[in-house]
Amino acid sequence: MAASGAAATDLEVIRGKRAALFFAAVAIVLGLPLWWKTTETYRAPLPYSQISGLNALQLRLMVPITVVFTRDSVPLDDQEKLPFTVVHEREIPLKYKMKIKCRFQKAYRRALDHEEEALSLDNVKEAEAMLAEQKEQSEGSLTVFVISEHSLLLPQDMMSYIGPERTAVVRGIMHREAFNIIGRRIIQVAQAMSLTEDVLAAALADHLPEDKWSSDKRRPLKSSLGYEITFSLLNPDPKSHDVYWDIEGAVRRYVQPFLNVLSAVGNFSVDSQILYYAMLGVNPRFDPASSSYYLAMNSLPHVINPVESRLGSSATSLYPVLNFLLYVPELAHSPLYIQDKDGAPVATNAFHSPRWGGIMVYNVDPKAYNSSELPVRVEVDMVRVMEVFLSQLRLLFGIAQPQVPPKCLLSGPKSEGLMTWELDRLLWARSVENLATATTTLTSLAQLLGKIGNIVIKDDVASEVYKAVAAVQKAAEELASGHLSSAFVASQEAVTSSERAFFDPSLLHLLYFPDDQKFAIYIPLFLPMAVPILLSLVKIFLEAHKSWKKPEKID
Amino acid sequence: MAAACFPGPLAAALAALLLLSFGRLAASQLEDQAEQFFRSGHTNNWAVLEPLFPCELPSGACTPVAESCFVSASHIVLMLADDMACNPRNPKPATVFSHKNMELNVYGDDVEVDYRSYEVTVENFLRVLTGRIPSSTPRSKRLLSDDRSNILIYMTGHGGNGFLKFQDSEEITNIELADAFEQMWQKRRYNELLFIIDTCQGASMYERFYSPNIMALASSQVGEDSLSHQPDPAIGVHLMDRYTFYVLEFLEEINPASETSMYDLFQVCPKSLCVSTPGHRTDLFQRDPKNVLITDFFGSVRKVEITTETISLQHDSEIMESSYTEDRMDEDLMEPLKYAEQLPVAEIIHQKPKLKDWHPPGGFILGLWALIIMVFFKTYGIKHMKFIF
Repeated sequence: MAASGAAATDLEVIRGKRAALFFAAVAIVLGLPLWWKTTETYRAPLPYSQISGLNALQLRLMVPITVVFTRDSVPLDDQEKLPFTVVHEREIPLKYKMKIKCRFQKAYRRALDHEEEALSLDNVKEAEAMLAEQKEQSEGSLTVFVISEHSLLLPQDMMSYIGPERTAVVRGIMHREAFNIIGRRIIQVAQAMSLTEDVLAAALADHLPEDKWSSDKRRPLKSSLGYEITFSLLNPDPKSHDVYWDIEGAVRRYVQPFLNVLSAVGNFSVDSQILYYAMLGVNPRFDPASSSYYLAMNSLPHVINPVESRLGSSATSLYPVLNFLLYVPELAHSPLYIQDKDGAPVATNAFHSPRWGGIMVYNVDPKAYNSSELPVRVEVDMVRVMEVFLSQLRLLFGIAQPQVPPKCLLSGPKSEGLMTWELDRLLWARSVENLATATTTLTSLAQLLGKIGNIVIKDDVASEVYKAVAAVQKAAEELASGHLSSAFVASQEAVTSSERAFFDPSLLHLLYFPDDQKFAIYIPLFLPMAVPILLSLVKIFLEAHKSWKKPEKID
Repeated sequence: MAAACFPGPLAAALAALLLLSFGRLAASQLEDQAEQFFRSGHTNNWAVLEPLFPCELPSGACTPVAESCFVSASHIVLMLADDMACNPRNPKPATVFSHKNMELNVYGDDVEVDYRSYEVTVENFLRVLTGRIPSSTPRSKRLLSDDRSNILIYMTGHGGNGFLKFQDSEEITNIELADAFEQMWQKRRYNELLFIIDTCQGASMYERFYSPNIMALASSQVGEDSLSHQPDPAIGVHLMDRYTFYVLEFLEEINPASETSMYDLFQVCPKSLCVSTPGHRTDLFQRDPKNVLITDFFGSVRKVEITTETISLQHDSEIMESSYTEDRMDEDLMEPLKYAEQLPVAEIIHQKPKLKDWHPPGGFILGLWALIIMVFFKTYGIKHMKFIF
């Protein structure tokens, strides 16, 4: 009886050991991996290697130039060599990881008959008008006509001419090294019309490490998909001045053509408003010498802030706002002039603030006060006002006066106020800026997601990242092949996708749990289960160890 | 842990805010030159102000943040968890005072609250900072800063070692805050950041920051409590915290042209006045605090350039004249403007009362009557039923 009882308990004990072992096995083999998998955050795979590859991207900007030689511009034996292509490549030294190579691809050819005819005229404007009937040139490309050394097309002392469209004229030379000399002149002209170091440096200013030079430079507007332009008329003294401005007409006639040219850069929306009893925050001082009031230059920075809160902006759009204010000073402070550093009144009576907008002070003509009854009707001369505002708009966009090579005649501006190749320069700068921005956004997103391991990465965020990477690569390819407009569009796409990926609202779920909270959650669940298993495992192991030792002892 | 802290109603009267009147008086002498503004390298200023008040105390003259006269309201994101000015128990509605003699109303005309009451949550706060906002959010609720913005963040409320309370039910930890700042830095959403916190054990909140260009100020060290300043006997609650009160006093003397540096701000509220020891952290900041102007963060001075160039436009004089005469004629012919019929007032005034449909009594009434009847019959016996039916 006792033996079978003992055998039964032995069986029980063995069964018990097996059960404990199975429990432990299931818990460790199945349970632990299952728990690990179900509590991990979902992170869609991102192309980290491609993103770090973008950082080392070599940007090649190609400017295709067509050089047309007329009959007498170069020696005959040089003319025999036409047509051929010369490439001039320069590396732009920027203190930045992204290297930029600037490539001017000059395709030399002979002039066609109608071109010869046009270039033999006396006036360069007529010549241009005749040449302009030819096909439209694509963005970013240039055409340079080489005329003979003694041609009368240009004034005698001028060596070259830069036209408002994408054309230029350069004098040829009858010399053995004609092509080299002319090539250098062409490069100088082409650089003035397309890319120079400072254009690119200004575009990349925000991405370069801070240094004295860049911080003092004017800061052009950041590249954005669109802009909102607001014209405001500030009338602090409606009792004395009944100001009337034909803003709709002025926008239609002057601003809209300018914006139509710039429409390649982004969407523009224009609105206007009139604010009454809006004062400038600064009291002007009286100058007895000229019996007028003036605002000193160092008080100008304090003018904008009190006014800004009253300007308002559109509630719906998120585009950056450019404010242009026209201030008609009150009767007690008329006339009001703005003084520059040396104390002289500024000719335009206007100032602007980078990335914000501009303010112009419009003094009422004293003759209008002759009829003594107030309020006096003031008709604002919109042409004068728009001249200042449009030039401020140009400065805000970073379209500065180009550095023309010596002895170069620059044509007068077009009626729209913007020359075509100035738009090209803006597009080059914007494309490069967009690519730099997209690359930094993607890099910082990758770094961020790597550093903070708690963020959930959803699938649509991942797809936007892939789109952005593809767009950056496409833009770089298009820039290298000289297609400026498609490169610009691709770079805008890259920026939009990368910003959308970075600012996706779902990336906020930082699943951060302090360690003590994690313990507090898991211990009541796991401890009651783990303790019996562990203790029984320990007991099994000790018994097994004893039973191994026993046979040794016997022996 | 929060119980150890004595909450003063927060006087988030960010000193900077200073008296709105101050800004209007800024016509004074300006000695500094324009070049000085280029020192710090920033072009605009933003402020995120968040005087949460969990309001455990009844009503209370919790003074919300008034806006800075220097930073314009469009550049301030103000989050108020409790609306003290419009609280029905505020004896002077629409005003919040910082001192019991009621000399300074910090809830002035230009205060614009962007996030109020239930919208003030940890999630919204982090969304504002990192910019991960749903696309339907209006412009005034966003922090549209760029890499040239100096941002001021001011937070006050109940807190403890490593966390800050929101709305009595949530908390934000110092690690989440540090991660949020790192995200802002990665996207270059700030040039320099000043973080001021006025809670118990406030120094614990800035211990974990690891992004560059951040300067932090706290009202108390770890293990200390921030105390409130003075109670108002008329209402029965404390008006302001000590640290905030002395910072407000300090900032009252700042005008837009002032040369005071951040180092002077660090000296505000020594232990003798504040009982707690204010702390600060500047190791992440690149410039020396002695060279940093207060107005870099609390002011809003823009860089300005004189416009010297103009372009020339053609006068379309004929078109202009004809359009002028056309417009004048149009003005005479136009009918006077009037508002469209928006409310049918006649109908509203002579409205007949609407006949309400009859509904059977609801569950509560039925239950109540059932109870009463049961008690009645239990007491007096069922035999009374026959007298009813």
